Amino acid sequence: MSTTASARTAADLRADDAKVTSATGSKAGAAAIWVDERTGIAKGAAYMMKKVFPDHWSFMLGEVAMYSMIICLLTGVFLSFWFVPSAGQIPYNGSYVPLQGVIMSEAYSSTLGISFDVRGGLLIRQIHHWAALMFCVAITVHMLRVFLTGAFRKPRELNWVIGSILSMLAIVEGFAGYSLPDDLLSGTGIRAAEGFIRSIPLVGSYISYLLFGGTFPGEAIIPRLYSVHVLLLPAVLIGLFTAHIVLVMVHKHTQFPGPGRTNENVVGFPLMPVYTAKAGGFFFMVFGVLALISALVTINPIWAYGPYDPSPVTAGSQPDWYMGFADGALRLLPGFLEFELFGFTWSMNVFLGAVALIPLMYTAAGVYPWIEAWVTGDKREHHLLDRPRNAPTRTAIGMAAFSFYVVLMFAAGNDIMAIRLQLSINDVTNLFRLLVFVVPVIVFWVTRRICLSLQRHDREKVLHGRESGTIVRTAEGKFFERHEDLDEFDRYKLVAFESPAPLALPSATDLNGVSSKDAKKARRRVAWSNFFFKTRVEPVTPAELAAAHHHGEHEAIPGGSGHAAIKHDKHPH
Amino acid sequence: MNALAARRRHPAAIAILLFLGLALVGTAYSLLAPKSAQAAVSTADDVALGKQLFLANCATCHGLNAEGTKSGPTLMGVGAASVDFQMGTGRMPLAGPNVQAPRIDKVKYTEEEIAAIAAYVASLAPGPAIPEGKETTGEGGNVALGGEIYRVNCAMCHNFAGSGGALTRGKYAPSLYGVEGKYIYEAMLTGPQSMPVFNDTNLTPEAKASVIAYLKMTQSEPNVGGMNLGNLGPVSEGMFIWIFGLLLMIACAFWLGQKAA
Repeated sequence: MSTTASARTAADLRADDAKVTSATGSKAGAAAIWVDERTGIAKGAAYMMKKVFPDHWSFMLGEVAMYSMIICLLTGVFLSFWFVPSAGQIPYNGSYVPLQGVIMSEAYSSTLGISFDVRGGLLIRQIHHWAALMFCVAITVHMLRVFLTGAFRKPRELNWVIGSILSMLAIVEGFAGYSLPDDLLSGTGIRAAEGFIRSIPLVGSYISYLLFGGTFPGEAIIPRLYSVHVLLLPAVLIGLFTAHIVLVMVHKHTQFPGPGRTNENVVGFPLMPVYTAKAGGFFFMVFGVLALISALVTINPIWAYGPYDPSPVTAGSQPDWYMGFADGALRLLPGFLEFELFGFTWSMNVFLGAVALIPLMYTAAGVYPWIEAWVTGDKREHHLLDRPRNAPTRTAIGMAAFSFYVVLMFAAGNDIMAIRLQLSINDVTNLFRLLVFVVPVIVFWVTRRICLSLQRHDREKVLHGRESGTIVRTAEGKFFERHEDLDEFDRYKLVAFESPAPLALPSATDLNGVSSKDAKKARRRVAWSNFFFKTRVEPVTPAELAAAHHHGEHEAIPGGSGHAAIKHDKHPH
Repeated sequence: MNALAARRRHPAAIAILLFLGLALVGTAYSLLAPKSAQAAVSTADDVALGKQLFLANCATCHGLNAEGTKSGPTLMGVGAASVDFQMGTGRMPLAGPNVQAPRIDKVKYTEEEIAAIAAYVASLAPGPAIPEGKETTGEGGNVALGGEIYRVNCAMCHNFAGSGGALTRGKYAPSLYGVEGKYIYEAMLTGPQSMPVFNDTNLTPEAKASVIAYLKMTQSEPNVGGMNLGNLGPVSEGMFIWIFGLLLMIACAFWLGQKAA
């Protein structure tokens, strides 16, 4: 069976475009028409240019990540002009005196060359590395922003998953990158990674042999990591990143609640010209900040580490910060988790922290939107963000998870803490073993309490106005502090949120008195719903507001200064 | 006072108060902090004087005949080099019981006193003498060779740049910044505290000189990459990007968000 497509002319393709009169006159217009006649791009471009984005500084964290990635790509191309991804051993004869004559790999020698003999090479190398660190920092805070404001809810669950994968791949890409120069630290990192791979039950040693092309270190790993670092992962990252951005376009950007902002609109400025200018300008700011940092602060002084050789190791061998949580978990796991069974060694003391933790953590993050949707039973689309305080349990979960991550990350610096703070490394490690369990619980509880009290404070502010700090004495000699009413704009922001009530327990029997099969499942869901929403603060209703105003707070003084507070119909006590 | 009171809720008030408080406390401390007393000066340089000084300052822990007690090891055979290192860097006499004797830059004994005690300790049993060759300054050392020796033997505790590193239970390998070549040489020779001994058959005097030359070279070369953040590796880099990098980015984003369209 075959299909036939009727031939379409270019004119047909543009049949439903807005008619452009040829008398536009300008050269740019003529060029645009020329391009449009050959690509039919006008419709899409017009759609893009009119795309509206809301303004909030936290929406730009993702942009920081995007620009850092672009900067990494640009500087990476420059570095690849000189870097030699080879483990072949040669004597160094570049301009760094303390290493002259030392036998080292071509990878290390060429990285020294970039740092000392290529004009601007060290600056570009430092920009590349700092931008990579910034990329991962920006991804982390962007993820936090998206989580804490509930931006992952329907219809954006898939984009949250894509973002989580991007975040995980970014750290793998970073690892592949800092392992390339073959200095003492990066070689130690590869050595550790080889151990982690071997800790994978049953197949670890086979995978290690495949990856390294034999025993460690071999000559294969550097060229292989290079291919992964400059071809495979950048391609996957850019592909996923494009999908990420396209989905943002398709879903439209979320916005914080405010007057005139609904679930159906986006209030902001169009891409052309406002955001093109703002985002374009922001790119140069990000580049400027990274270039400034790179010009002033050393990162990864590979010349000081010396060439890699499997026998030495340096004190303070840590991975870059984004791998820190896995390294920290590794440092905290007790040795007794290694055992022998069925003739195999099961190195759970290594495997759990260094290998299993990374996919586990990202899976937990990735599935969260479905967990919350199951608990709330909410099938609606959400384009309005939650202020973090208005979803206390979610905010608390997010902060608890992040604190778990942070404790593990800090644990990776246990030796640096021990020496800088003059503590015993054993005590520091044991303390972290305790903290990793205790801190998330405390953070959860404290965050939820803070959110609830902020919500109560908001209620108080809406109902009774803002404390003005002005003490007034009435004619009878009474003193009170005058409260100023909020204006409608500010008030709207404090009352426009949802506070869902926990689900009610369904009856255990159906209409005919037969015990329901679904009752047990429902009970579990109700329990979770209670966990999420039992303690809650409801937004002020118009009726409450009217009642509060009518009750007549003492702040109103007859013949007062004409403040907002006394514009309402209020009577002094 | 009214003007101050009106501004008490100004956003910068807390920062200013904090700054004033810190400045006040700091100034008061620098004025009132106790000053250390001057140690007595001695002139003679012989074993007898050394014994006298030993009995007065060291015997409590090391025993009346340097035979050692529960609180301090015997000094039989440690040699003059050991005394010179421990006392010359201010590690001994120990101010108080601790996991490890810390280096103290304000040495309380004169060179003559230390030499006298060293002569006394050396007279008890043979041990390494105080090195006095050009090797102790690193002169004639091969920097590249010294780097290799350093990375193989020293970096695992003292860190790649000699910034120091943690050992178990509060012990540590100290920073090597600004340590005199003589003391580095003596440390290798005598193996103080947790450090292993690198005797002359293990590391020849020329090899030791190379290590010293390497350390001197790397410590005196300019920081080509900019500030080195303490040469502590990725931990300080990560802290820097989280604190300063992120702060600058958020400041930029915030500023741009405030700009009218």
